[in-house]
Amino acid sequence: MSSLRESGVVGDSAIHRLDPRAKLVGLLAVTVIAVSSAAWPVHAACAVALLLVAAAARIGPRVIVRRARLILLPVLLVALFARTAFPPVAAKATIGTVSAVLLGATTSFPDVLHALERLKVPRLLVLIAAFMYRYLFTIVDEVQRMRAALTARGYAPRHALQVQAIGRVATALFLRTYERAERVHLAMLARGFDERMPRLHAPAFRRADALFLTALAPLLAVRVVA
Amino acid sequence: MIDARGLRFAYPNGVVGLDGVDLRVQEGERVAVLGPNGAGKTTLMLHLNALLKGTGELTVAGTSDAKALRALVGLVFQDPDDQLFMPTVREDVAFGPLNQRVPDVEARVEKALRAVRMRDFADRAPHQLSLGQKRRVAIATVLAMDPKVLVLDEPSANLDPRTRRELIETLETIDRTLLVVSHDLPLAARLCERSVLLSAGRVVADGPTLELLADEPLLAAHDLELPEGFDLTRLLRTASPRSRPAASASGP
Ligand SMILES: Nc1ncnc2c1ncn2[C@@H]1O[C@H](COP(=O)(O)OP(=O)(O)OP(=O)(O)O)[C@@H](O)[C@H]1O
Ligand SMILES: [Mg+2]
Repeated sequence: MSSLRESGVVGDSAIHRLDPRAKLVGLLAVTVIAVSSAAWPVHAACAVALLLVAAAARIGPRVIVRRARLILLPVLLVALFARTAFPPVAAKATIGTVSAVLLGATTSFPDVLHALERLKVPRLLVLIAAFMYRYLFTIVDEVQRMRAALTARGYAPRHALQVQAIGRVATALFLRTYERAERVHLAMLARGFDERMPRLHAPAFRRADALFLTALAPLLAVRVVA
Repeated sequence: MIDARGLRFAYPNGVVGLDGVDLRVQEGERVAVLGPNGAGKTTLMLHLNALLKGTGELTVAGTSDAKALRALVGLVFQDPDDQLFMPTVREDVAFGPLNQRVPDVEARVEKALRAVRMRDFADRAPHQLSLGQKRRVAIATVLAMDPKVLVLDEPSANLDPRTRRELIETLETIDRTLLVVSHDLPLAARLCERSVLLSAGRVVADGPTLELLADEPLLAAHDLELPEGFDLTRLLRTASPRSRPAASASGP
């Protein structure tokens, strides 16, 4: 699961230190603008905007390519076989993916969660995302341990019948996850949980954040004109 | 401080977890709860926070109200992955104090993380920590709530020798009523002047740790043993000047 570990914030810059809400809204806007238009000047303008953000955040092409290809390769393959024109679809997919990569490389996932929460995304959704983020790695580790246990006992499926073991592993994994959820709930109760997730501190929306969003505003103009 | 009388509890599947436990712990005492797998140690611990409710009597500082118990008794769970559920260490440590609605949350988080020497890790995600670090943060999450009693379930399980020693040192500096559930007999000997041996849901022995650990037939009867070559007499010598009378230990 090296691809999973290959995530997270890279470096530090003024962009990194922006309010996560500004980054989330700004980069989402770039994606929406690109996806909602078929005109190439709009796509070019979005690409330029992303390049500028990447440069300001000092995120190199290596990082972007390495992370983007995980999503982009399959998407582009599908686009290739779609009957619609390839270039605009590819452009949209690339812009959307690179926006997400830039958000991920400049904003930690917990910050994205806070941004979602403060942008009034339903709490329950944010809570689910938060637990998924927290336990994804634990579950991946558990899967790997189980796989190692199977392999250590000579499990190497050659025909369909042997795949049965996988079903049992899936069941075991479900049970373990369920039991974990029960224990986590106990641990939350032990520390006074009363069905409401408490929040520590809220970052303030500052001038830099307003500037960042204003700087992206010309894109809207291009979109309207084109 | 802790007063349990005739505590009995059976799990829904009929397994008896506690079979009449009597236990009294004074304020400031450090007690090791020893016992083989399945003895009911974790079950007892969950009762101290009213997370399970059996029959019999259980009070901590005179109360048995669930909310009050959770504020008085801080539980550190067996698996730190169960205890650390927030996206960052800082938020996890703040979780308890925020629920208690105390005013000085930030200061408490700082203090608790400093006590376990994990301040530099405040903004990490729990899954980015080693097991020993997770354990220390798990202890901080409870310290931040400033409980009167600290209960730790198997704090030294799966730790390498150095991390284990550091953990013991951390625990030695924590000055409050302490209940340590463990199979790690040397750890019990170092931290706790008194031990309770739990087996099949009952207290089968209760006394000074060193006397209890010297009773080989008793340990053997309950599937416990000291590590090969462990020299109790050496501990006896070093322990006596250090051991403190329970009453003089001042709670916070
Ligand atoms: N959720 C559960 N449902 C049913 N039975 C349980 C449950 N949890 C524990 N038990 C049973 O209750 C008994 C006491 O378990 P407990 O977890 O308290 O033991 P323990 O002393 O903490 O053991 P260990 O040293 O292995 O942690 C055991 O026989 C166990 O199988
Ligand atoms: Mg246990």
